Amino acid sequence: MSDLHGSTLTQLAAGLRARKFSSVELVTALLARIERAQGSLNAFISVTREPALAAAAAADRALAAGSGGALTGVPIAHKDIFCTQGVRTTAGSRILENFVSPYDATVVAKLKGAGAVMLGKTNMDEFAMGSSNENSYFGPVRNPWNPSLVPGGSSGGSAAAVAARLIPGATATDTGGSIRQPAALCGITGLKPTYGRVSRYGMIAFASSLDQAGTLTASAADAALMLREMAGFDSNDSTSVDTPVPDYVAALEQPLAGLKVGLLQEFFDKGLDRENERRVREALQVYERLGAKLSVVSLPNLPLSVPVYYVVAPAECSSNLARFDGVRFGHRCENPRDLTDLYRRSRGEGFGAEVKRRIMTGTYVLSAGYYDAYYLKAQRVRQLISADFTRAFQDVDVLMGPTTPTPAFALGAKTADPITMYLNDIYTIGANLAGLPAVSVPCGFVQDLPVGLQIVGPHFSEARILGVAHALQRATDWHTRLPPGYA
Amino acid sequence: MYDFAQVFSFYPRILPTPMSLTREQIASIAALARLELTAAEIPVYQETLSRIVDFIGALDRAPTANVAPMAHPLPGLSQRLRPDLVTEADRHEEYQLNAPQVAAGLYLVPKVIE
Repeated sequence: MSDLHGSTLTQLAAGLRARKFSSVELVTALLARIERAQGSLNAFISVTREPALAAAAAADRALAAGSGGALTGVPIAHKDIFCTQGVRTTAGSRILENFVSPYDATVVAKLKGAGAVMLGKTNMDEFAMGSSNENSYFGPVRNPWNPSLVPGGSSGGSAAAVAARLIPGATATDTGGSIRQPAALCGITGLKPTYGRVSRYGMIAFASSLDQAGTLTASAADAALMLREMAGFDSNDSTSVDTPVPDYVAALEQPLAGLKVGLLQEFFDKGLDRENERRVREALQVYERLGAKLSVVSLPNLPLSVPVYYVVAPAECSSNLARFDGVRFGHRCENPRDLTDLYRRSRGEGFGAEVKRRIMTGTYVLSAGYYDAYYLKAQRVRQLISADFTRAFQDVDVLMGPTTPTPAFALGAKTADPITMYLNDIYTIGANLAGLPAVSVPCGFVQDLPVGLQIVGPHFSEARILGVAHALQRATDWHTRLPPGYA
Repeated sequence: MYDFAQVFSFYPRILPTPMSLTREQIASIAALARLELTAAEIPVYQETLSRIVDFIGALDRAPTANVAPMAHPLPGLSQRLRPDLVTEADRHEEYQLNAPQVAAGLYLVPKVIE
């Protein structure tokens, strides 16, 4: 039993179905791992031991009766931005420190319906705003490859937990890179699906024209298995798209011969660490050997994606976070003098420094006299960036480049200057602005730290990009490497 | 003032400029956003928001004449509507378990009208 954690989600699902081990045994072993690692990684905000053991026992009964679903008995964790009925949901914020949702997010309900067993809620940057997980009210998460380094963010808890094999798969969200960037820095597979592919009902909103739910797993095959259960139309989400969900698992094995791969020219700039670049180019050579045709593609407006994002995302966040008013839920200040004082102090005390910075940035760019210059202008440039992608996909099947400019950086290294931190998402934001699916997969190491390759596809091409990612993982073993101390 | 151009060649070289935002502007933005800031927070936000404003100013260079603003990443999709019917059960007691102060099914706030 002691080596179960080394198995992938796909292997665990099969092992449970074949009754090689029980869900209770598996869950018990992983709960012990989670508790052992909590002091060093701080990957979880809540661990749901008792309900998890009860759900595992129920899963074992279902498996014995032969009535299990695709994920029956498989342990997972949810980023603490997904509402879970009866279990507190904090979004990494003081303002929601004691919030207990009266309902399950659709993603949570669907995974539960497929038989998955939730072991807990993972740590994250407050309201998913951050690239290092240093913005959590519940303390920073540490990178399992080196505890003095950040795991990336905002889904740093989910990423660290999967990288350290505390859990075989976790949900996450990606507004500007919050799945792919921590996946790259932690050496795992992170999938951001197409905007509208996965329901956002019950997923606490940050920037509604960008947010999307996805997965952090050890492999592309595991991402396919989780996404197949998570994706689909939901009438409770007005941005959910009613288009059939393909069998992502069945589509994994696809020949790469003739696959047209575009290399994102703008991403191989002087901001990219040279060693990081070498690992990415080595992965590109693997694709060439597998039969893919590589060409260089230029998306001239893509470099403007960071400034566009830092207008659009704060604008939408300032509007979405207006609901936290200290009246209906969340933190309320002591002895408010009047209603305005109640709002101002509840929010001032409840939100952390970066969340306040983004709310104020958004308030500024939306205010009278600045709306045209910043917000409308950013939306126009967003159109140009999106058109760049559309044009590129007329010539190539997928786009590839690095996920991040560098491997993981030290805690505290980029906290002094917000823009240095924002530039970490330079390669990931474009896919969010254009609503495209993208996956980050491990492609090697720089000084014992993992590096990610990013694969971006046209809208609703998850099956294609996961198949392309899977082909790399058939040809290399980077995704099977474990951090020392967590083997 | 740091120099993006040194790291990413596509960013313009930003010359050191005086703070783009004043303390008074920060206080007014915070008031609009209903955020109480401490005296120590104001200079921090003055500095960082000024930098952010300089940074997003890079958008000025992009030629966008005749380009329509893009509000939604999936073009062609329209807002879905549903019939105006009651579809939810009344669960207010459950919802109000999260409220800081409730009485008789009502949310309590400081007196607004004398």
